[in-house]
Amino acid sequence: MFALRRVTHNVVTRSRCMSTATEATFDLTGSFDTYKLDSAPENTVTATRDELMDHFKLMYTMRRMEITCDNEYKARNIRGFCHLYDGQEAVATGINAALTVEDSWITSYRCHCVALARGGSVSEVLGELFGFKDGLTKAKGGSMHFYNKAHNFYGGQGIVGAQVPVGAGLAFANKYNTPPGDDMPVAIACYGDGAANQGQIWESANMAMLWKLPMIFCIENNQYGMGTSIDRHSSHSEYYKMGNHIPGIKMDGMNILAVKEGMRFVKEYCAKGNGPMYVEMSTYRYHGHSMSDPGTTYRNRDEIANTRSTRDPLEFLKKTMIDAGFSDAEELKKMEKEIRKEVQEEVKKAKQSSPPGIEDLHTFVYSKDGTKENDEIQPFIRMPDYAKSIVA
Amino acid sequence: MTTSLRTISTQATKHKRMNLFTAINSALDVALATDDSTIVFGEDVAFGGVFRCTNGLNERYGDERVFSSPLTEQGIAGFAIGYAAMGGTAIAEIQFADYIFPALDQLVNEAAKFRYRSGNQWNCGGLTIRAPCGAVGHGGHYHSQSPESYFTNTPGLRVVMPRSPITAKGLLLASIRCPDPVIFFEPKVLYRSAVEDVPEGDYELELGKAEVIKEGADVTVVGWGAQVYVLEKACEMAAKEGISCELIDLQSLLPWDVDTVAASVEKTGKLVISHEAPITSGFAAEVSSTIQEQCFFSLEAPIQRICGYDTPFPLLFEKVYVPDELRNFEAIKSVVEYSK
Repeated sequence: MFALRRVTHNVVTRSRCMSTATEATFDLTGSFDTYKLDSAPENTVTATRDELMDHFKLMYTMRRMEITCDNEYKARNIRGFCHLYDGQEAVATGINAALTVEDSWITSYRCHCVALARGGSVSEVLGELFGFKDGLTKAKGGSMHFYNKAHNFYGGQGIVGAQVPVGAGLAFANKYNTPPGDDMPVAIACYGDGAANQGQIWESANMAMLWKLPMIFCIENNQYGMGTSIDRHSSHSEYYKMGNHIPGIKMDGMNILAVKEGMRFVKEYCAKGNGPMYVEMSTYRYHGHSMSDPGTTYRNRDEIANTRSTRDPLEFLKKTMIDAGFSDAEELKKMEKEIRKEVQEEVKKAKQSSPPGIEDLHTFVYSKDGTKENDEIQPFIRMPDYAKSIVA
Repeated sequence: MTTSLRTISTQATKHKRMNLFTAINSALDVALATDDSTIVFGEDVAFGGVFRCTNGLNERYGDERVFSSPLTEQGIAGFAIGYAAMGGTAIAEIQFADYIFPALDQLVNEAAKFRYRSGNQWNCGGLTIRAPCGAVGHGGHYHSQSPESYFTNTPGLRVVMPRSPITAKGLLLASIRCPDPVIFFEPKVLYRSAVEDVPEGDYELELGKAEVIKEGADVTVVGWGAQVYVLEKACEMAAKEGISCELIDLQSLLPWDVDTVAASVEKTGKLVISHEAPITSGFAAEVSSTIQEQCFFSLEAPIQRICGYDTPFPLLFEKVYVPDELRNFEAIKSVVEYSK
């Protein structure tokens, strides 16, 4: 349905058995559906070999990381709840490519790959999942709660839909802090089709439109809200139209180039003060909702296998690069092998760390009192005082 | 632990080995069979629910009576209140008690006040909210909370938490048929691990009544839900030291059985209360305060509250956070020492 056709390519050098074109133009006709918009993303986009290679490296690292999480969870090295993102890599990678680090990003509990895109390393992500002190959130958050202040990544939320009003606040802050007339940094709130009918999202949409906030409502439509398919949980499943009079755009979430170009368009729209936009990414998750869900009681195994063989975002990118003359199957296979090894190294590195001490239980409940250290217990928090125990 | 069934509305003579989720399923089945207006709904309920509590009910009673709702807790609660206000029996499931907070406004401001504010013209007594609660070993912030004390501070609601399959089925049927809205918390860690021979038919247990599980003379130990098993272990450890504990399961938190606990404390003079929820303003504060008022002269030691610490429920530090049997054993010993 969303076909990508190479239009032209420039062959610059030829070395050994690889053709190394450096730039090509790709056709994105049919990748976008718009709603209440006068303009639309471009139908063709130019990309360089280096750009696509970077995307491939990130996406493949994401894929290997999620598969590693699956294995480590089954080996009981990761405890708690774990929601995997494999299948949806193009969405996070494309958004990350189109936005800058000044733009605020907030998402749901399915956040491992966004953490990776926004400044986290595989060892920091795995370290957090293992509950070690060198994890991204110092082992206080776990799988659902990754954050990165330096990269404006606001997490990582447990409650479905709760990130959207917070996203509206982030957008408001961005608008507030930008001199009038300048382009504003945007705020993007990602949530799933299951969350799309939460009341607080309608509330946020109203505020965003009323105050013309630079906010992107990004629905990652993977067809299922936990165990319930969209036609059984949503009376209206054209999510990009759900903003009512807020314009919307639907894009193929399995096509990294479409996501990137689409998000470039959306960012420009919002940054210029036109108000919010609804974005729907058509995507799919291979795993169940979480590691506690096999994902096959409400889905056909054929459907999962079929998606893997016809719409996989990594295979799509590989084919695109080969067709454009950017690379060949052999080079890509070599890169995959290298990345596999890198991820394994990162996991080993993560495992060298250890859990934090027990004193971390009560740190950061409240803010630092000016006269006390961060990790001293606030007087009104009741904690055990073994010295005062009256047991003989 | 044996249970004495105090009230049986229908003699149930056949028993079947059931775990907690099967017992809940059985109660829902009876409710659907005996009251045509009963509807059971919530997120993912139709395929059996994430904890299997609604297994097979959609097949037996159809889409109009047992169905999945969209992901919208506030909507689920409000919708259930409306149906109950028209006289129907609404059994709404909140998938995890941690998710109940969007519904807090509906439950506190609509459900609890419906009868009062309408001068008894309307009520939503047919409403029962079921929510799995409590620590499960790896739940972290949002799959482990025990939010009962947000609701016990709301007159107009009833709050119930069973400890076992037999009590769960009986209390759930009583809650469903109770003419007041009930928040029914199910300790999720017990869904598979608690197994008993449960009567197969229709029976109820009395709401608002605590149960003395074990009689004793030295210390009164009070808990509810899964914590009762932790306290049982602490009492066994105490028994080895020659301390005889009286273990009470409150079963209902709002209203709670003050008389049973007071009578026990008048006998023992010492009280230990334990729950997973954080200690500040947890339900133990209510029990402690009331018993202090009623049994002041009988008390021989300060009342002990052994609860979760005042932090968000941690993933990594869960084992330290939860009030385990060792902490409770220490509390039992300390009140005995104090009273000497």
